[in-house]
Amino acid sequence: MIIQGLAFYLFSIIAVFSAVMVITARNPVHSVLWLILTFFNAAGLFVLMGAEFLGMLLVVVYVGAVAVLFLFVVMMLDINTLNLREGMAEYMPVGAAIGVVLFAEIAAITGGWMLAPEVEAARAQPLADPGAVSNIQALGNIIYTDYIYLFQASGLVLLVAMIGSIMLTHRTRPGVHKQNITAQLDRGRTVELKKVSTRGGI
Amino acid sequence: MADLWQGYIWPGIIIVAQILAIVLPLLGAVAYLTLMERKVIGAMQMRRGPNVVGPFGLFQPLADGLKLLLKETVIPTGASRVVFILAPMITFILALIAWAVIPVNAGWVLSDLNVGVLYLFAISSLGVYGIIMAGWASNSRYAFLGAMRSAAQMVSYEVAMGLIMISVLLTVGSLNLTKIVEAQANSVWFIIPHLPMAVMFFISTLAETNRHPFDLPEAEAELVSGYNVEYSAMTFGLFFLGEYANMILMSGMTTILFLGGWLPPVDIAPFNWIPGPLWFLIKVVLLLYVFIWARAAFPRYRYDQLMRLGWKVFLPGSLLWLVLTAGVLKATGWTPWN
Repeated sequence: MIIQGLAFYLFSIIAVFSAVMVITARNPVHSVLWLILTFFNAAGLFVLMGAEFLGMLLVVVYVGAVAVLFLFVVMMLDINTLNLREGMAEYMPVGAAIGVVLFAEIAAITGGWMLAPEVEAARAQPLADPGAVSNIQALGNIIYTDYIYLFQASGLVLLVAMIGSIMLTHRTRPGVHKQNITAQLDRGRTVELKKVSTRGGI
Repeated sequence: MADLWQGYIWPGIIIVAQILAIVLPLLGAVAYLTLMERKVIGAMQMRRGPNVVGPFGLFQPLADGLKLLLKETVIPTGASRVVFILAPMITFILALIAWAVIPVNAGWVLSDLNVGVLYLFAISSLGVYGIIMAGWASNSRYAFLGAMRSAAQMVSYEVAMGLIMISVLLTVGSLNLTKIVEAQANSVWFIIPHLPMAVMFFISTLAETNRHPFDLPEAEAELVSGYNVEYSAMTFGLFFLGEYANMILMSGMTTILFLGGWLPPVDIAPFNWIPGPLWFLIKVVLLLYVFIWARAAFPRYRYDQLMRLGWKVFLPGSLLWLVLTAGVLKATGWTPWN
């Protein structure tokens, strides 16, 4: 248990520290790198909780794909780091308000667990016995058996969003030479293959 | 005190010994893979390859390593120092830690994770950071172009790789790598039912490791050397080691998913005398040979062709095969779980 405690504090301290660094780092690219470290440590905390599937998924989806695109965009932006702090006073109240709301929600949930034992029981209910079923199976049962329609609906929403964003950003440019692979493969035998003997030449 | 020894120190020592038992042979394998590559390509181009240092050039990797160690590390002005140093370290460490879940024989594995395949997938999807950080931190156009190509390429081919893995996972019913091999012991190697996927997976691993014919990130003709152009001495050495360790890792992954891991081809007399780890090694070396063969045989892909292959051929193809696999398993009742 000592090791687990140590690992928990290691992951959580690094996560909190790097989350602070995300908003204080001067260089936006460094910010994104700190954000990635935060994701990674959150994944470590998931694994520590026994939710290894969610932990790995966090690494695959957020660190491996989403954050890469983030990093891409931030690197490509020509940001002037000097006047990045402009308008701080303007945005500060909005940001603080969002932060307060998020904090209040988390406090309400965890406070509920602390104060009312029946809430705690309801939280544990949808999960099958973690000893008997691996958490991939448990998640699969919930998502694909109990809530299949909601799951499919959210998939459809994502599909619509994807098609919409492609349609919005797609433009046909004149004068682009496209390779037509089928036409190339369908071409008749105008090119001849010759067997050339080694050291002999043609 | 005895409790502390029994509970923490002794297991700690064992784990460190196991890690060394994985990492040291791996580094040796990386060193001799470079020699094998140069020898094989030499033979294919009717040259000798390295043959001066030691008998048959066997000490060439050691000489190369020594040279890299003794050179001066140059950090360019205008480079982001910390990120610049961090990038090769990340590449190398990621190539090593993935080996924690690779089973070389029944039970010969550092950590028998329940989500082993997912862990491998996660680690290999992180590999892009070493390259993209190197490209950005170098503050050089060539390096940045190489890093951008690499990032786009690795993200594209990961999608197909993930779907191919899911096809295999469906036939096994588990994400545990040991169980995947055991399932092949009870039936056939998955290369037989999943042949198209095995080929696609291997091609995707070529793209994932930035090897020929998909080595656009370091296209030496246009980008000089791509993302690692500003690196010298051991910082470059770590990139190099990481790339080759990744090649071995990807071959190991293909071996486990499709070629039956440590299993002999048929379980009869002359074949099952050879111990499991040796079979694993033979298969990995064969796949590495194909890696090198592809380098000697094929010209580099053009960037748009690379993207077309990933998104328009591999992604729909693997998705179709996934649906097909699920359908066949469901219809015939061969589902390995219930």
